[in-house]
Amino acid sequence: MALEAPAQKPDAGTARAAFGATPNSVANRPKTTRVVSADVTVLDRLREIWRSRELLIYLVRTEIKVKYKNSFLGLVWSMVSPAMTLAVYTVVFGTFLKNGIPNFVIFLFSGLLLWNFFQTGVLTATGVIVNNAGLVKKVSFPREILALAAIGSAAVFLFFQAIVMVLFMLVLQSPPAWALLWLVLVALVPTFVFACGLGILLASVNVYMRDTQHLVTVLVGAAWFWACPIVYSYQQDVSPRLADHHSTLHTLFAVIYFANPMTPLVMTFQRVLYARMGQVPLTVPVPPGTPPVRAQLLPSWPVTTYVWADAAVFVGSVILFYVAMIVFGRLAGNFAEEL
Amino acid sequence: MASTAVSIEDVSKRFRLYHEKYTSLKERVIHAGRVPYEDLWALKNVGFEVSEGETVGILGRNGSGKSTLLKCVCGILQPTSGRVVVQGKLAGLLELGAGFQPELSGRENIYMNGSMLGISKRDVDRMFDSIVEFAELGQFIDNQVKFYSSGMYVRLGFAVAVNVDPDVLVIDEVLAVGDERFQQKCLERIKQFQREGRTILFVSHSADLVRSICDRAVVLAQGAMIGMGTPGEAVRIFREQLMAAGDVLNLPEVPMSSTPTDGEGTIDEAQATAGMLRIEDGRPVRLREVAIVRADGDDRPYVVPGESVTVHAQFDAARPVEGAVFQLEVRSNEDSLIFSTDTEVMGLRSDLVAGAGSIDFVLESIPLADGTYKVCVGVATPKGMSDWREPACQFEVMNPARTRGTVSMPVRATIAEAP
Repeated sequence: MALEAPAQKPDAGTARAAFGATPNSVANRPKTTRVVSADVTVLDRLREIWRSRELLIYLVRTEIKVKYKNSFLGLVWSMVSPAMTLAVYTVVFGTFLKNGIPNFVIFLFSGLLLWNFFQTGVLTATGVIVNNAGLVKKVSFPREILALAAIGSAAVFLFFQAIVMVLFMLVLQSPPAWALLWLVLVALVPTFVFACGLGILLASVNVYMRDTQHLVTVLVGAAWFWACPIVYSYQQDVSPRLADHHSTLHTLFAVIYFANPMTPLVMTFQRVLYARMGQVPLTVPVPPGTPPVRAQLLPSWPVTTYVWADAAVFVGSVILFYVAMIVFGRLAGNFAEEL
Repeated sequence: MASTAVSIEDVSKRFRLYHEKYTSLKERVIHAGRVPYEDLWALKNVGFEVSEGETVGILGRNGSGKSTLLKCVCGILQPTSGRVVVQGKLAGLLELGAGFQPELSGRENIYMNGSMLGISKRDVDRMFDSIVEFAELGQFIDNQVKFYSSGMYVRLGFAVAVNVDPDVLVIDEVLAVGDERFQQKCLERIKQFQREGRTILFVSHSADLVRSICDRAVVLAQGAMIGMGTPGEAVRIFREQLMAAGDVLNLPEVPMSSTPTDGEGTIDEAQATAGMLRIEDGRPVRLREVAIVRADGDDRPYVVPGESVTVHAQFDAARPVEGAVFQLEVRSNEDSLIFSTDTEVMGLRSDLVAGAGSIDFVLESIPLADGTYKVCVGVATPKGMSDWREPACQFEVMNPARTRGTVSMPVRATIAEAP
C-alpha cells in the first residue's frame, strides 16, 4: 500500500515563523552547512576536525584525567613508568651486558623519549574506536578526533617525560647541543604526523579486524622498537656492518634499515640531546696504563643530513596521513553498525 | 518562503546482517569469500525536506527505519547512497546521556557534551547556569556522573541539548523517560523552540504527541516512506498501514467497549464517604456493557470528524425506579471536560421497570479533530448516584482534512473581488 506523498509544500512552519517571529528568532542568523554522505572529501573531513578542535582538547584532558583518577600519585605515574624502564635498561646494559656508552641513561633516554610518544600514541589510537563504542554509536562528531586525542594525550605525556629528561641532564651534567635545539622540533613534527596517520589508519582497520590491536602491540612494542637505534648506537653497532661490505645484500639491509621512518627521527633526538660527537672514551675496563677504548657513537653527519632525512619522513608521513584519512573516511560510515 | 533546514535526498541505508560475525583475522581467512550475510535495506530512497522553523514527526513501527533515519541525519551513520544536508547547528537527542563520561563530574560533562555539539567553551560558559537550572541538579553538578540517578542523567542530557542554542533539534523517543513534570517542561521547551523558529525532527510512538506538536509527519514502513502530510493524515496512514500489516494495534488501555468485571461500577468509595457524592443505598441501577457503535458499522478503529457515533449502554435495574437520569461525559485524553449532558437536561424522563434495559446516546456529528477521547457514563436516581463508569470507553478521531486544532468546524470561504 504505497501512498504517494502529496507534493505540497509545507506552509505551517513557514507561516508560524513569519507571524510569530520573536526577537530571538533564529531564522536569520548565519548557518553552517553540513553534509552527511558516503563520499565526503578529505578536505571536508579536515575542516570538520578543525571545527571540533575544542572537543579534541576536552578528550585529551579527559583521557589524562580519567587515567589517573583516584590514584594518589596521579600524573607522577606518567613519569615513574619511563623512569622504571630507564632504570632497568641502564642496569642491564651498564652492568651486565656492558656496552661502555658513557652516560648511557642520557643516550637511552634521548631515543626513548621520542619512541615512547610514538608507541603509546599509536597503540592507544589503534584501540580507540573500539574502546569508545558507546560514544561512536550514539554521538556524532568526526571520529578521527578520537585517534587524534590518543596521539594528543601521548604528546602530553611526552611533555612530562621531557621534564624528567631535563632533570636527568641536570643531575648528570650532560648538556644538549644548545645550538641545535631547534632540530628537536624538526624531528618532532614528522613523528607527530606519522603517529597521527598510522593511528588513524590502524584505528579504523581495527574495527573490522580486531587482530590489528594484538598485531600492533607485538610489532610496534617488540620488533619495531629494536629496529631503531635506541638501546644500541647506530654508528657503533650498525654502521660498521653496513660499511664493511659492499655487497648488494648489505645495501639492501641499509635501505631496509633506513626505510624505518623512526630511525632518522630517533637519531636526530640523540644528536641534539646526547650530543657527544667524535671519538668518545668508553667506560669498559682496560688493562692499567693503556688509554681507554674510544668509539664513535653518533655519526658525523652534517646537520643538513638530519634535516633532509627528517623532511623525507615528513613528506612520507603527510602522504600516509592522507591515505589514512581516505581509508578512515571509507570505513567510518559503518563504524556505528560494526561495533 | 523559508529556506530548507534539513534536506534528506534519496537516502538509502543498507545493513549487512551476518549470520555469524567474523572479526578476527583467522576467522576471516577461514571463511574468506563465503561469509553468509543478508542485505537489509533499513532505508529505501527516503527523501523529504524540512523547512526552517518546521516541526516534522516521523511515525513508524519498530524496525521501520525511524532511528536509522535520525542517525543518518545526525551523521552517526552514513547513508549507503543519497545524502543529508543540514543547515545550521544540529543537536541530537538519540539517547539521553549518550556521550557522558561517567568518571567526570556533571560540570565537566556539560563542557564535553557541548563541545561534541560544536559549542565553544565561551558559549557553554554563558549557557552553563541555565543548563544546571533546567536540569535541576543543584549542588550535584560537581559530583561524578556515575553517581547520578537515571532521572538526573536524563535531565542533564536534555538540558544540554536544548540549551546549546541549536538550529535543528533531533529527538528520538526520549521524552518517554523522566517524570511527568519534567516531560511537561521538555514539551514547553519544545514549544518555545517552535516559537523561536527552530527546526525540530521528532520520532515518537505517541500519535497524540505527534498530533499536538508537529506541523507535518512522515510515515515509514520497512524503510520506505509511505506517506507524508498533516499529522492527522499521517497518523491515519500509519494506523491503516498497521491494520493492513495485520499487526496488533497498540490498543488504548480502554477499548471501544467495556464490561464491568464483577458487576461493580467505578464509584469512588472515598469520595462517597467524604460526602462529595451521594450514593443511593443498594445502588438499584447498575451499568453493564458500554460500547461505541458507529453508524456505518465499519470496523476501522477510528472516527472521522462529522461522523455519527452512538454510545450504547446496557443496564440492570434491581427494582422499578422512577425518574432515573443517565449521564454522558466526553473528556479529552488530558481529562478536561469536552462535553457533558444527561437525560434530564435533554428533557427525557425515564421510569425504569425491574430488569435489563439499554440506552443509546446518539452523537449526531462528532465535531472533534484529532485526538483520543474518553466517554464516561453514569446513572442516577432521585436519591443519588447509582452507577458511574469513568472511563466507560474511548474513541479516537482522525482528521483526514488538513485543518489543525482541537475542533472540526465546518468552514467555507468566499473571496469577493472588487469590480
